[in-house]
Amino acid sequence: MTLTFFWIFGVIAMGSALLCITRRNPVVCALWLVVTLFALAAMYVMLDAQFIAALQVLVYAGAIMVLFLFVIMLLNLGRPGPTDIKGPVGLLLAAVLAGTLLFQLRVLGGAQALPPSAIQLPPGSLAALQARQGIVGAVAGPLFETYLVPFEIASVLLLAAIVGAVVLAKRKL
Amino acid sequence: MLLSPALEISAVLFTLGVAGVLLRRNTIVIFMCVELMLNAVNLTFVALAQPLGIGGQVFVFFVMAVAAAEAAVGLAIILAVYRHKQSVSLQNMNLLKD
Amino acid sequence: MTGTAVDLIWLAPALALLGFVLNGTLALARPATKTAVSIIGVGVLLGAFAIGIAVFRSFVALHTDAPVVFQYWSWIPVGSLQVNVGFQVDQLSTVMLLVVTGVGSLIHIFSVGYMQEDPGYARYFAYLNLFVFFMLLLVLGSSFPVMFVGWEGVGLCSYLLIGFWFSDKVNADAGRKAFIMNRIGDFGFMVAMFMIFWSTGSLDFGTVFSHAPTAFVAGGGAITAITLFLFLGCTGKSAQIPLYTWLPDAMAGPTPVSALIHAATMVTAGVYLVARCNLLFAMAPVSGAVVAGVGALTALFAATIALKQWDIKRVLAYSTISQLGYMFVAVGTGGAAISAGIFHLATHAFFKALLFLGSGSVIFAMHRAYHASHSHEDAQDMRNMGGLARHMPWTTTLMWIATLAIAGVPPLSGFFSKDEILTAVFARGTPQPAWLVFGGLGLVTALLTAFYMTRLMLYTFHGPNRTGGEERRHLFEAPWIMTAPLLVLGLLSLAGGLLNVPELYHGNAWLQHWLEPISRSSVALLPETHLATGTEWMLVGIAVAVAAIGIVGAWRLLNLETIVPAHSAPAERGFARVLRNKWYVDEIYDALIVRPIVWLSREVLWKWIDQQVIDGALVNGAARGTRAVGWANRWLQTGQVGVYVAVFLVGVLLLLWRAMS
Repeated sequence: MTLTFFWIFGVIAMGSALLCITRRNPVVCALWLVVTLFALAAMYVMLDAQFIAALQVLVYAGAIMVLFLFVIMLLNLGRPGPTDIKGPVGLLLAAVLAGTLLFQLRVLGGAQALPPSAIQLPPGSLAALQARQGIVGAVAGPLFETYLVPFEIASVLLLAAIVGAVVLAKRKL
Repeated sequence: MLLSPALEISAVLFTLGVAGVLLRRNTIVIFMCVELMLNAVNLTFVALAQPLGIGGQVFVFFVMAVAAAEAAVGLAIILAVYRHKQSVSLQNMNLLKD
Repeated sequence: MTGTAVDLIWLAPALALLGFVLNGTLALARPATKTAVSIIGVGVLLGAFAIGIAVFRSFVALHTDAPVVFQYWSWIPVGSLQVNVGFQVDQLSTVMLLVVTGVGSLIHIFSVGYMQEDPGYARYFAYLNLFVFFMLLLVLGSSFPVMFVGWEGVGLCSYLLIGFWFSDKVNADAGRKAFIMNRIGDFGFMVAMFMIFWSTGSLDFGTVFSHAPTAFVAGGGAITAITLFLFLGCTGKSAQIPLYTWLPDAMAGPTPVSALIHAATMVTAGVYLVARCNLLFAMAPVSGAVVAGVGALTALFAATIALKQWDIKRVLAYSTISQLGYMFVAVGTGGAAISAGIFHLATHAFFKALLFLGSGSVIFAMHRAYHASHSHEDAQDMRNMGGLARHMPWTTTLMWIATLAIAGVPPLSGFFSKDEILTAVFARGTPQPAWLVFGGLGLVTALLTAFYMTRLMLYTFHGPNRTGGEERRHLFEAPWIMTAPLLVLGLLSLAGGLLNVPELYHGNAWLQHWLEPISRSSVALLPETHLATGTEWMLVGIAVAVAAIGIVGAWRLLNLETIVPAHSAPAERGFARVLRNKWYVDEIYDALIVRPIVWLSREVLWKWIDQQVIDGALVNGAARGTRAVGWANRWLQTGQVGVYVAVFLVGVLLLLWRAMS
């Protein structure tokens, strides 16, 4: 049952991603990407990552994609114009390279690439952890203990990004 | 077990992102494709967090933080370039040769 | 560590080095300083001499035959090659220490007066101190490499001081010639060192000499090759055939330098080396004969050239070469004759330093006189001198003492040392007749020596004065600071023979006994020699007669009235011309060695290999190749980000492909 739903959302994600990269209008592309992100959020829930799913909806589908749309509107690119998709040569090149990549990724991500069972946790242990510490607590625990320094550095990175974005985007400082 | 299907879907999504980067000229769309690739990787992280521990989910958290920062700066760059060239097409960004 | 003053031995070279550092700093910072430089330059030498005396006294008090070796620190620890910086105090090195610092001190004092007006005063003393440092390193070093550092160092200082007035191209060329000739010799020294290490596994004197009897077959090829290569080094440093030609040109340096480096100390380094390695030379009879033979030939050859030189310093230079030949005859003879060689080394240091310093006084006076009259005549040409005895009585007297000493007139120092050598050589003539020839050559040389030295004295100090009236009023004796060292050297030349009065005159032959531990191991390897007392007296008689004939002959044969000043002198004719031109050896070397090498360097190495192969094919070829590759790959750089992404992806795919397989 879960597997079926997982595949349904997977197909939605892949389909909308394909539409995202092929639509001519950037606004349409962005909207199809939002669909992909939502589908991914649904898959996260099925993978015992409810908190990440919430973040996905809030941060990605919400904040980041709104930023994209905002920029598209700001630059007035919403109108359908001449296509920006490359010609047959570019198409062929992209197809060959992407096909090769997919082949390689599938081989590398195939059965022999899965983590050996010796180091795998027993099934359901993540759910048990979440039951013990709460869904947010399970992520927050390591985040504020083991990964405290990277977390702080990430905050500095975000601050730097904010300052950088302001400096770049403002006409005159 | 959802791990194998998750990896399959992740591979396809990543490939679609790469194909998009190769196919498009609009920098904003290319940016979206990059986000798509990041999400594909996020999916593997979350999928592998199930058998290997909660660390994968924590890492997704960091990836989101970096993606947000990247989107902010990247879009600001696109704004600045657009102001300069009145275009967001890659074709007009060929100053690397000089 | 002996707990006596011997332990202070390191202080002697350290003082000289300190003098170099201080004077060198002054030369760079305040080149005009004179007083401080004099005090430092002379002071460190006197200090080193005092330490030398203290070390010597303590070493005598130790009553030891074995050398006292100090290992200071590890210098080259590479696998089985372990070289320490160490000093060795023994009978030989203490004698050399005293000669170097003693004569060195006197020459430093003389230099204070001689170089007083020179703008490079501080630089001069810095070099001179550095020279003494390296010379002490040479004589005190306890291993071949340490000695070699000193050996190279004195060569460097010699180069620097020959070319001291380097603004004159002739002087700079003379320095270069000395340096290059020495390099040929140094090559021999180095090869010998490699072979010694190869055979004995060590380079320390002690280890090498104690292993030598087992490591080498006496008279075998290895030991002969080693000793011949060592001797090649000696021919360079000590100006023997075939590498002697640099020494006469080295007279381009200041005269005290000629006295210190090119007469008393550095050029005797080769004699010291052979004496130090006397065991090795004793094990290789062929090499010993070669050393003695080359020495005897050089002695005679240089003496013939000295007969017809007009430059006062050049006469002395050839005389030095000739006397060095004598020393090599002695050390080549080996065994107890080593002491005769070292004895002659010491007495020669006295009287030859005196002769050079005396000639320095003369040149100083001539130079001042010409300076007063603004004349540009050659202040070193004997044809421009004559009759200087009236103006420089002290110098004249002292130089006569040295002349009589070098000629071998009893009872001056040279008589004893030269006679000692001749006795030892003729004694070896009984088992090995070759030495009779060497002795004969030595006697002829003694005759020529007496002749050309008397000639030098007569032309310089006696007869009519040829300087000209204006100059004559400005000819004076040098200041006391220059004559005082001469006086001391004069006393030493007079009484230096007391060091080693042979048993023939009921003396105690002190030096011979003192040096016995050095040559003890080699005496057993050499044939037994003995000379009857009657024969010895006969030899003494012949030697004295030869000296007398030389002196009187010069007095009678030379006509002082017919000499004309250099600028109007006619060219020599016949054989005299060959001698005047030094047997054309420089010209022969030039034609046979220098010109072919220059041709090879210019036409083959420069124009073909360097310009065509290296510059053309390799250097420019590399540049052309790079440009061609760049040109071929230029199309990759489109400036289009999309293309870069595609190329980047290709790279990623390749990496993944590696990961897959």
